[in-house]
Amino acid sequence: MDANTATAPTRRNLHRFANPGQFLRLSGAVLPWLSGLSLVLVAIGLAWGLFWSPADWQQGDAVRIMYVHVPAAWLASAGYLSLALCSVCSLVWRHPLADLAAAEIGPVGAGFTALCLATGSIWGRPMWGAWWVWDARLTSVLVLFFLYLGHIALVRAFDEPEAGYRAGSILALVGVINLPIIKFSVDWWNTLHQPASITLSGAPTMYVGMLWPLLICTLGYTFAFVAIVLTRTRAAVMERRIRALLLARAARG
Amino acid sequence: MKLFTALLARDLRLAIRHGSDSLAALLFFVLTAALFPLAIGPAPETLGRLAPGIVWVCAFLAALLPIDRLFGADFEDGSLDQLLLSGLPPAAIALAKAVSHWLVTGLPLLLVSAPLASMLRMPSTGLLALLLGLLPGTMVLSLLGMTGAAIVLGARRGAILLPILILPLATPVLIFGAAAPEAAMSGLSVRPHLLLELALLLASLSLSPLAAGAALRHAAD
Repeated sequence: MDANTATAPTRRNLHRFANPGQFLRLSGAVLPWLSGLSLVLVAIGLAWGLFWSPADWQQGDAVRIMYVHVPAAWLASAGYLSLALCSVCSLVWRHPLADLAAAEIGPVGAGFTALCLATGSIWGRPMWGAWWVWDARLTSVLVLFFLYLGHIALVRAFDEPEAGYRAGSILALVGVINLPIIKFSVDWWNTLHQPASITLSGAPTMYVGMLWPLLICTLGYTFAFVAIVLTRTRAAVMERRIRALLLARAARG
Repeated sequence: MKLFTALLARDLRLAIRHGSDSLAALLFFVLTAALFPLAIGPAPETLGRLAPGIVWVCAFLAALLPIDRLFGADFEDGSLDQLLLSGLPPAAIALAKAVSHWLVTGLPLLLVSAPLASMLRMPSTGLLALLLGLLPGTMVLSLLGMTGAAIVLGARRGAILLPILILPLATPVLIFGAAAPEAAMSGLSVRPHLLLELALLLASLSLSPLAAGAALRHAAD
């Protein structure tokens, strides 16, 4: 018996998930739960935020757009981070699933970034009196949006998909520099955009009745992001299989 | 090191023989900058205030113009494979390309930008700060542009993709670089802006050859 096949089922490391068949089975089992949970959480969070949470003492009811804006902003950054992690896996281990996932995270992340920019703009109109200001936070998120778009365009610009994945992962890693700039832009520059209200160290500077719906929405958005990326990656795996089958049939004549 | 200088000398000789390429970038720089007084009017106050920004943006676009040919010819005729086999690390090849791009495009842009800024009626108080900012700024742009060129190597529409990839990454250079003459003209210290510009240069000098080297290796296999 081959040593490779003997050790394969007992190996307890990440490479277990590199097997596309394993991935399809696992993601197929998780996906309905993930999507259902995300729908429920977003519904609860948005309903709580829109109807039962208090209005802000300064901003009034306009603050309620926060429950759409802040989770989208969080996922715009987290999505790019996951894109960069997939790129590391693809460059270091030549992980085929990481390639597919990176290519599929791009459009989803760009979508969330666009949602963040659009809702931010709608929020900015009543609060700052302008649809757009060239403030450090807004500018760095706009750059993030362009980085996503560049990645999407680059990955799909090669005749050989492999070459596109390699180029895309290097670009994604170069673009990671933008993430700390986004995070600290509100501290480094004197900006119009408010600094973070929720930090890992220290109590949130926000009323609990607003914090809960925000956290629920963020969790729901995160599940939705993962569910969409999983669905797209599954579709990409299947597309690849279908292409291989068609090629095999064509080769047989 | 000998290989490095040999590669640099080869690239410079090629650039001099095809001198019209860098001349075209220079002409593009002057022409786009000359469009601004025609578009926004020749009033010295407005023009002088906008001049640093105009010079910076036009220098950016002009420097990107010849960048997709940086590796293109070598990639197509197979010299890139030879270079990678020459024993020079890919990062060093990338760095040599960036240096030659700066010498051929960045340096002439720098020399032309002083008279151009005066033509745009920029007050002479900001001139030195503009040039001091452009010096590391164009270097960073050469490094970033070279990295982008290495990444899009082999892509179908590389030349169109390139600015989309590089311009977002280059925004910090533009922000601090254009802020320096602005500060000088309003009597503030230009030191922080120039130091940040130098920091960007050091960061990209150490990181971008590595990224570009990895991209070159992938493009060649």
